[in-house]
Amino acid sequence: MIELVSSLVPIADSFTPFIVDFPFERNYVESIIYVSLYVSLTAVLISTLVSLPIAMLVGFSEFPGKGFVVALINTGMGFPSVVVGLVVLFTVSNEGPLGTFDLMFTTEAMIMSQFVLATPVITGVSLAAVSSIEDGVRDAAYAMGGTRLDVALVTIKEARYGIMTGILAGLGRAISEVGSVLIVGGNIASSDGTSVTRTLTTAIQLEARQGRFETALILGAILVTLVLLVNGIVLRLGGGRV
Amino acid sequence: MTAALAGCTADDEGENAEILDETLTLTTTTSTYDTGLLDEVNAAFEDRYGVAVEAVAQGTGAALETGRSGDSDVVMVHARSLEDEFIRDGYGVNRRDLMFNDFIVVGPEDDPAEIDGMDDVTEAFQAIAETESTFISRGDESGTHTKELAIWDEAGIEPSGEWYREAGSGMGEVLNQANQTPGYTLADRGTFISQQSELDISIRVEGPIERGPDLLANPYGIVAVNPGVHENANYDLAMSYIGFITSREGQEIIEEYTVEGEQLFFPEAVSENPNFQQYVPEDWTPDEE
Repeated sequence: MIELVSSLVPIADSFTPFIVDFPFERNYVESIIYVSLYVSLTAVLISTLVSLPIAMLVGFSEFPGKGFVVALINTGMGFPSVVVGLVVLFTVSNEGPLGTFDLMFTTEAMIMSQFVLATPVITGVSLAAVSSIEDGVRDAAYAMGGTRLDVALVTIKEARYGIMTGILAGLGRAISEVGSVLIVGGNIASSDGTSVTRTLTTAIQLEARQGRFETALILGAILVTLVLLVNGIVLRLGGGRV
Repeated sequence: MTAALAGCTADDEGENAEILDETLTLTTTTSTYDTGLLDEVNAAFEDRYGVAVEAVAQGTGAALETGRSGDSDVVMVHARSLEDEFIRDGYGVNRRDLMFNDFIVVGPEDDPAEIDGMDDVTEAFQAIAETESTFISRGDESGTHTKELAIWDEAGIEPSGEWYREAGSGMGEVLNQANQTPGYTLADRGTFISQQSELDISIRVEGPIERGPDLLANPYGIVAVNPGVHENANYDLAMSYIGFITSREGQEIIEEYTVEGEQLFFPEAVSENPNFQQYVPEDWTPDEE
């Protein structure tokens, strides 16, 4: 119990900025946070751009095998991240199909794998949200002489809270996964401690491996705080109703 | 000459974009990385050459595999048999002996297998197996794992049973696990020292640095990825790196690197009488050509 309390103290400290006995360099943490956010936000942005049209297309149309497609998307939501990491590894490796682009151990490769992880989540949740919009809304939009694009925009507007939840879930999936970014990113920090492909999750993994559990816990607290913050901002932007 | 050269690189910084943009990918073992040695060496190399070194800590097996697929330029590992295979298969060239430390057997204070202070590590392993005391194996094809299997082999034991656990993780994690369980494990001295303050388990069988058996020697080698196999391998930078780390300056950094007052690695690249076997697979003879 005492041990637990003593290990919690540094977490509490980490919430007070500029504390004296921070167990690592500021530059180290800042660059790791930057890489984490850069990779995950970029991946989620691209995922969203791909997911929404798919969700609209599948949600609005009836075709044979639709149930199968939906099942496929839902399966993708639970796809193991290490497997995705391996697939991306084979793709970007020097001997893989994208080998000429030299993407191994880069943030681009990490974005690719997080894109693969986040897309089914965003698509799946958005699809559910879009499907739940009553047909009457779309019919009314058509009746008022709306083009297909207008109707799509109206639907997005109606389903915006569900879609937002999907995007947040996708971001949560991306920023908190460790399996794939470790494999394709390599958890690289330069010799002065600036992160190259090290994210919060891979840094936590590294600190835990070295037995520095307190540092690992602090990084964990930062990660949770970050996700909370992003959620808060999105909720505020969305009018606070999800 | 050095001063003039250094001055020249300093002046050229920013203009000499061709080399400044380049990065050297080094795949290596968790032991060189987790001890902090690489940060020290790489910082000095970057100062000198203006090239960023991206070090990926993977464990010997994975580090060599990454080299095989051409995703790294230079490989620093510690399992001679695997390095030799890498070279024989044509993936690696210009291997050098780099440094050494040793392996140690660590275990809990109460020492259930009663191996404390044994001179013969195979006997110690036999005692662990006979008493079925918990042993945590790396189980990850790393250099340490390769060594551990070689010792079991030497001891004439095929370890199996509930007492033998394959962790499948890095040295640091396995030390933590051995500490929590508690159990015995084979560790490299460097990682153990750098983590010692967090651990209750201690050294039960010493390696050759503290006059233990030679079987526990732990030599590190460095190999460049063959540009003849992988066109995109950054061979010239890889050789600059090998040149730097095996130079007097690089070896001094290794010599002087300490954690908690203890030297972790012992340089062995600079010698008046180089051991020729370091350049080729150990049992290689010219007749093979």
